[in-house]
Amino acid sequence: MSFFEQYGTFAILVVLGCLLYALIMVVSRVMRPSVPSPQKLTTYECGVPAEGTGWTQVNIRYYVFAFLFVIFDVEAIFLFPWAVIVGGLDATTPVSPMFAVVAMFLFIGTLLEGLAYAWKKGVLRWD
Amino acid sequence: MSPLGPLLLATLLFCVGIYGVIARRNAVLVLMSVELMLNAVNINLVAFSNLLFPEDAAVSGQIFALFIIGVAAAEVGVGLAIVFNMFRNRASVNVDDVDLMRW
Amino acid sequence: MTGHDVVFVLVGLLTAAAAILTVTSKNLVHAALFLATTLAGIAGVFLVLAADFLALVQLVVYVGAVAVLFLFGLMLTRAPIGREALDNQNRGLAIGVSGGLFVVLSALIVDAVVGGSLGDTTVAEVTGPGIEDIGMAIFAEWVLPFEVLSMLLLAALIGAIVLARREPGDSGEEAMATRIDFGDAPPTEGTDSLSSGSLPELTSGERREGGP
Repeated sequence: MSFFEQYGTFAILVVLGCLLYALIMVVSRVMRPSVPSPQKLTTYECGVPAEGTGWTQVNIRYYVFAFLFVIFDVEAIFLFPWAVIVGGLDATTPVSPMFAVVAMFLFIGTLLEGLAYAWKKGVLRWD
Repeated sequence: MSPLGPLLLATLLFCVGIYGVIARRNAVLVLMSVELMLNAVNINLVAFSNLLFPEDAAVSGQIFALFIIGVAAAEVGVGLAIVFNMFRNRASVNVDDVDLMRW
Repeated sequence: MTGHDVVFVLVGLLTAAAAILTVTSKNLVHAALFLATTLAGIAGVFLVLAADFLALVQLVVYVGAVAVLFLFGLMLTRAPIGREALDNQNRGLAIGVSGGLFVVLSALIVDAVVGGSLGDTTVAEVTGPGIEDIGMAIFAEWVLPFEVLSMLLLAALIGAIVLARREPGDSGEEAMATRIDFGDAPPTEGTDSLSSGSLPELTSGERREGGP
């Protein structure tokens, strides 16, 4: 199957999505009345007056969670090719099934060590 | 398809990354520019592998790119943690302010 | 010009424009979002180059995870917004070095590809190895780098936790006391969330946003 047969539909979908978005925005801009006043242009924050800037410092604990996510994301992308080939492995292939399984579990085990370390150090706990 | 386009795009991304590393003062933005340079290298690897050596069905280029993506993820994590420590100790993320060991 | 070339030019222009905006944007968050656009554009480039699996990886790891990490990095360090604060005085040097390198490298590439020293380089149909070939190659030839990568990720995770985490009960005052006195620490205006000292407190950020 050629590239364009494979991804043509997807490209049409993307273009149609962008056009739909543009159309909705243009129609809403054309049809809505626009009478701005300073009161109306203030930031809406659940009805109470907005205080300070929109820039608040987030907690650093979020960062450890985000990095754990990245680590296991990288693990997941190596699981994909492994999962595709591991079922078809036998004695005739260059990789034996046992070898592939052991190699992947070694990889997962090493990363689980990191998760265990994070757990032990208490960074996964909110208190 | 000619390899000229991908190679030129990779060159441009790499040079844009160099510009960012030199011109930016914010350490997080410097790390972003490093990411651009790493991605430029990935484009080069895939372009060489798939366009210049197609008959070998060479997988090495893509596997190199795969490992580079993994290493880049680790690099960003540690780099940002270092930036946080720098911010904690010096109340600044400007790379110009961290000049204690500069000769 | 084949269809592939046309698609590549479109995706490549988008990627290049987003990359340039990433390093010139005056707003930190805009820079991070332009970086995400660049990375997504590179996924499109991989797709055109018949590296489907790598395009998926690019989307999952870079756009999905690394871009989020960068946004966290920006939110945590609470940097000022404005061109003067984001750029240093080296813009001229930076333009000179990167522009000069681009001219030299692209001249070499055009010479090699158009001049013919690489041979006939135009391929009619772009093909690449599938995910089966990649998986087989990883476990047949690249097992050692694969396992070393897991060790690297483990080391990075532990390093990031050690660097980012503070001991329980470790307050800002203690950090003040044990901190090396650099003498010339810059003023800390704009860090109004701290009241006990001159140090920004990363662990006690405001939580009025409503939690996770």
